Amino acid sequence: MDDIILKTEDVGVIYDRSIVALENVSLNVPTGKLTAILGPSGCGKTTLLKVIAGLIEPSSGTVKIRDKETIGPGPDRALVFQDFALLPWATVLQNVAFGLRAQGVSKREREKTSLTYIKEVGLSGFEDKYPHQLSGGMRQRTGLARALTVNSEILLMDEPFSAVDEQMRRKLQEDLLELLKIENKTVIFVTHSIEEAVYLADQVVILSGRPGSIAEIVYPEIDRLGEIDLIRRQPRYVELVDEIWSSLKSYVE
Amino acid sequence: MWELAGRADISIAFPPFSKVAVAFVSMLFNGEFTAAYADSLPPLLIGLCITIIGGVIIGVSIGLVRSTEWFIMPLLIIFQTAPVSALIPMLTYIYGISDTAKVVAIVILGMPLVALNSYKGIQATSPSLLEMAKSFRASWFDTILFVILPSAQKMIFAGLRLGVSGAFIGIVLAELLITPTGIGDLITYNRFVAHYDKMFATIVSILAVAGLTLGGMSKLEDLLFPSEKNE
Ligand SMILES: Nc1ncnc2c1ncn2[C@@H]1O[C@H](COP(=O)(O)OP(=O)(O)OP(=O)(O)O)[C@@H](O)[C@H]1O
Ligand SMILES: [Mg+2]
Repeated sequence: MDDIILKTEDVGVIYDRSIVALENVSLNVPTGKLTAILGPSGCGKTTLLKVIAGLIEPSSGTVKIRDKETIGPGPDRALVFQDFALLPWATVLQNVAFGLRAQGVSKREREKTSLTYIKEVGLSGFEDKYPHQLSGGMRQRTGLARALTVNSEILLMDEPFSAVDEQMRRKLQEDLLELLKIENKTVIFVTHSIEEAVYLADQVVILSGRPGSIAEIVYPEIDRLGEIDLIRRQPRYVELVDEIWSSLKSYVE
Repeated sequence: MWELAGRADISIAFPPFSKVAVAFVSMLFNGEFTAAYADSLPPLLIGLCITIIGGVIIGVSIGLVRSTEWFIMPLLIIFQTAPVSALIPMLTYIYGISDTAKVVAIVILGMPLVALNSYKGIQATSPSLLEMAKSFRASWFDTILFVILPSAQKMIFAGLRLGVSGAFIGIVLAELLITPTGIGDLITYNRFVAHYDKMFATIVSILAVAGLTLGGMSKLEDLLFPSEKNE
């Protein structure tokens, strides 16, 4: 049994007293692993991620980190936003340094740390650019660098690769796997893409349609050594994608 | 256009541009403008300071503290939409013929615009940026300083420009309607004695002062917040 860093217990979310977005979500997230949250549009994926991030207070249930109940955002979690959430009037460097600034880290110190991560996500040379001067993929990387600076154990990402084309998406996915070899982190990410979930994740959580609840959990156990294109042709990979596709279809109906 | 219309003798009350220009220069050097502006500028400056500082503080506060919203917002909207100029003669009853009446007229016409725009700017802060700040556990102070105020900056400055225009209308109305001194009086007097060239020269001077003030504010904004940063 893996070491569990985070778990949700019977989490339910009701918006505006009537819209049940999540119901009885109990989920274990193993330390140092990638967990993907997959499900039809509007099933509550973002809601679940925000509950875990401490941005939405669940109507029922709890979120526990190392068996301690958490309330609100904490230094142990950092979120990468689906819409990037970059300050339009701030440079890449200033944006990346925002998290550290909020923690009261000195200017010298936070710029040094930020530059390290800007380099790590491949944005060197763009430190002084403004968000409107960047492509979608570069904005995404800026948001990722900002989340990395605060050095939290758990990285939360909401559809991190949805704003880019297929080529860039594959590049970012590979970069993420590379990055995670350096940074020892637990990752929870939301995705629409079955391929992405199977390719990246150790654990794929499938949510059923509204109200969102866990329908199934799949453990891909893909052998990720070797050529990317070969991995995508592994029988196990193709089989899993098909399996998840057919179960997702049944929840959409 | 103006020159032609004036020369075409449409009306005696509409002098040609050249006459107005001559009157403008002579009034500039014979002390008529100096005397009038010496009367008008002190209350105008005081009124502008109150309008700008008070307007921004009120607008930002109600934007930040939602509980004050239901109380102040209706007042602001009434002040902004009601024919406020009609209120100005009433100020005489309260403040008499004084500089205070001028200051109050300026503030009434200018401040609601500043406050309303500041408020709208604060309210328009992207919820996703606020969530971002919250997720990094930014303090309330940091969130205001680094997220809310920069995002409201354009709206606040737009409000300041409207407010300053309102303030100029306020001082002229006050001097035309209640306190016959300063530039307002210069207009009234020259109309009364049928010196229409001088009357128009005075109006042009007011437009020039207002234009310079607004231009200066735009320069100041560019200087403080280079536009590259807020594209
Ligand atoms: N602030 C809110 N107020 C009311 N209802 C909301 C709110 N946010 C989300 N919802 C509703 O809750 C449900 C789940 O929303 P959520 O954004 O979590 O879905 P999602 O799975 O992330 O969808 P998508 O795949 O389209 O991003 C949706 O039906 C949505 O309409
Ligand atoms: Mg979503």
